[in-house]
Amino acid sequence: MSYLTITDLQKHYDSYHALRGINLNISEGEFVVFVGPSGCGKSTLLRTIAGLESSTGGNIELDGRDITEVASSKRDLAMVFQSYALYPHMTVADNLSFALRLAKVSDAEIKEKVRSVSASLQLDALLERKPKELSGGQRQRVAIGRAIVRQPKVFLFDEPLSNLDAALRVQMRLELARLHKKLGTTMIYVTHDQVEAMTLADRVVILNAGQIEQVGTPLELYRQPNSRFVAEFIGTPKMNLIAANKIVRHEDNLAIELLGQQILFPANRLKGPLPKTAVVGIRPEHMTLVKEGGDLSGRIELVEHLGSEAYAHLQLSSDQTIIIKAPARTELKDGQVVSIKIDISEIILFNENDRVISVIPEEV
Amino acid sequence: MTLNQQRKLKTILTGLFAWTVALVLFFPIFWMFITSFKTELQAISVPPSLFFEPTLENFRIVQERSDYIHHAWNSVVTSFGSTIIALIIAIPAAYSMAFFPGKRTKDILLWMLSTKMLPAVGVLVPIYILCRDYGLLDSKTALVIIFTLMNLPIIVWMLFSYFKDLPKEILEAARMDGATPWDEVVKVVLPLSVGAISSTALLSIVLCWNEAFWSLNLTASDAAPLTAMIASYSSPEGLFWAKLSAASTLACAPIVVFGWFCQKQLVQGLTFGAVK
Repeated sequence: MSYLTITDLQKHYDSYHALRGINLNISEGEFVVFVGPSGCGKSTLLRTIAGLESSTGGNIELDGRDITEVASSKRDLAMVFQSYALYPHMTVADNLSFALRLAKVSDAEIKEKVRSVSASLQLDALLERKPKELSGGQRQRVAIGRAIVRQPKVFLFDEPLSNLDAALRVQMRLELARLHKKLGTTMIYVTHDQVEAMTLADRVVILNAGQIEQVGTPLELYRQPNSRFVAEFIGTPKMNLIAANKIVRHEDNLAIELLGQQILFPANRLKGPLPKTAVVGIRPEHMTLVKEGGDLSGRIELVEHLGSEAYAHLQLSSDQTIIIKAPARTELKDGQVVSIKIDISEIILFNENDRVISVIPEEV
Repeated sequence: MTLNQQRKLKTILTGLFAWTVALVLFFPIFWMFITSFKTELQAISVPPSLFFEPTLENFRIVQERSDYIHHAWNSVVTSFGSTIIALIIAIPAAYSMAFFPGKRTKDILLWMLSTKMLPAVGVLVPIYILCRDYGLLDSKTALVIIFTLMNLPIIVWMLFSYFKDLPKEILEAARMDGATPWDEVVKVVLPLSVGAISSTALLSIVLCWNEAFWSLNLTASDAAPLTAMIASYSSPEGLFWAKLSAASTLACAPIVVFGWFCQKQLVQGLTFGAVK
């Protein structure tokens, strides 16, 4: 059953249409991540759910109550901000207890709740400090503590980790995942970092230009994107896209011409009528280097060694480069001409409107 | 010259320049101060005498002729009173403009400032007539009202520019934590703005204390603040420089002492945009 229901949500800023009819159901206890490029409306959507922005159409229902017109302070949601937004004039303990004091909770209860939160987030030694005396990671923990101490219906996170350095970000990501497991509270998380989205989410909502592009589990989005936008957005390095200018039917297969060479694609994986042209999408990890008889060949421009693996940038033609994943101890050299084999089962075809027109075979 | 020497020379030159400017600015005040301890004859002697036997005679005469405490009290009431009223009006005004700006907020701010561009004398006659008709001539009420209106634009501007620099997320966080608009102001905005508000108040008090135009035109004796008292020494029986200086010294002294104690706030306030 849906816990948070968003129906045809609209947001206009003067002439700018920021949210264009958002429909979304979130179940209780789910960890949902909104992800998308800057300006896609993900933060606006979160802030509209929070009530910090008013919507200009549609409605939001939380746990059976219409909260579209309810003030932020009465929505029973807690939010963690990118800048932490701690109260600079209050100690950590006062920051943690601010909401409880506003709600006129008894002193004994406040003390107990602050104690348990500070213990679980290792803030005990910091309770008497002011925010300016804390490191970035500590501030972040206080901001999270301030949210959990209230036991809200939903947690909202607005890019909470983007101000932290890389190592700390990974650590906090893990802590957030643990926290979600422990509390089991619904969480909505906004990020532009697809790694955060993939690792944290039960479901990822990809937004583009004020609309939902696709909703799904991280693996669904990775394996079965329904548009070129999603396919390109998810996955690092990006999916390779190669234009196929000639497609003909060849018995049970489609013969797709890629840069002068042909690949055969099972016809039963095509959705809809046979297109004249298409864009072929193939991820770097779904291609292998072969000695001979490959589907494509090209000259190595650059090899990036990441330690555990390597990525080779391949020049296929004057205006087409692709990236392929290679083993860590690859012997590849710049300038070398190599041949590659494509894993046909992982190919995705896009039509001229950037929609997906192929299906991925179910995994065996 | 090495780089280090160049740097040293630069420091010395800047210091010298700063001291020169400071001394030029301070000189008239210094001259007024020493003149107040001279006799009338010494005060007008040419060349001016730098060494003389100081006398407190002028101060005695000033206190005898015009009741210093009475005028000082008027100055205190009008400057503090109008500042408090102005703050009560300006804080919510600046808060709403900084955190809930509308399409015309910028215009309103500019319009408020534009009222300061009109020379005060331009509205002297209407205001004088209004005061006369409502029986407010020579009353502290009239001065408090005028001073409040006079400083309101500056106070709103100063508070507005400070509030605008407060991170918006802090208020949003308070809202998410269940704070009503009243809680937001009282529990978050005001505690964070103590420095800005006190320096704004201090500036307003100084401006009111030194205000002369309206004090001279709207008061005679009952409500006359210190500025009006000083002016009374430049008239009927001719100029008495020593007594005028004594009166001026007496008028300046309280606000200088007050400013001395509050200088930390004042410096912090006038530079609050810069340090954050």
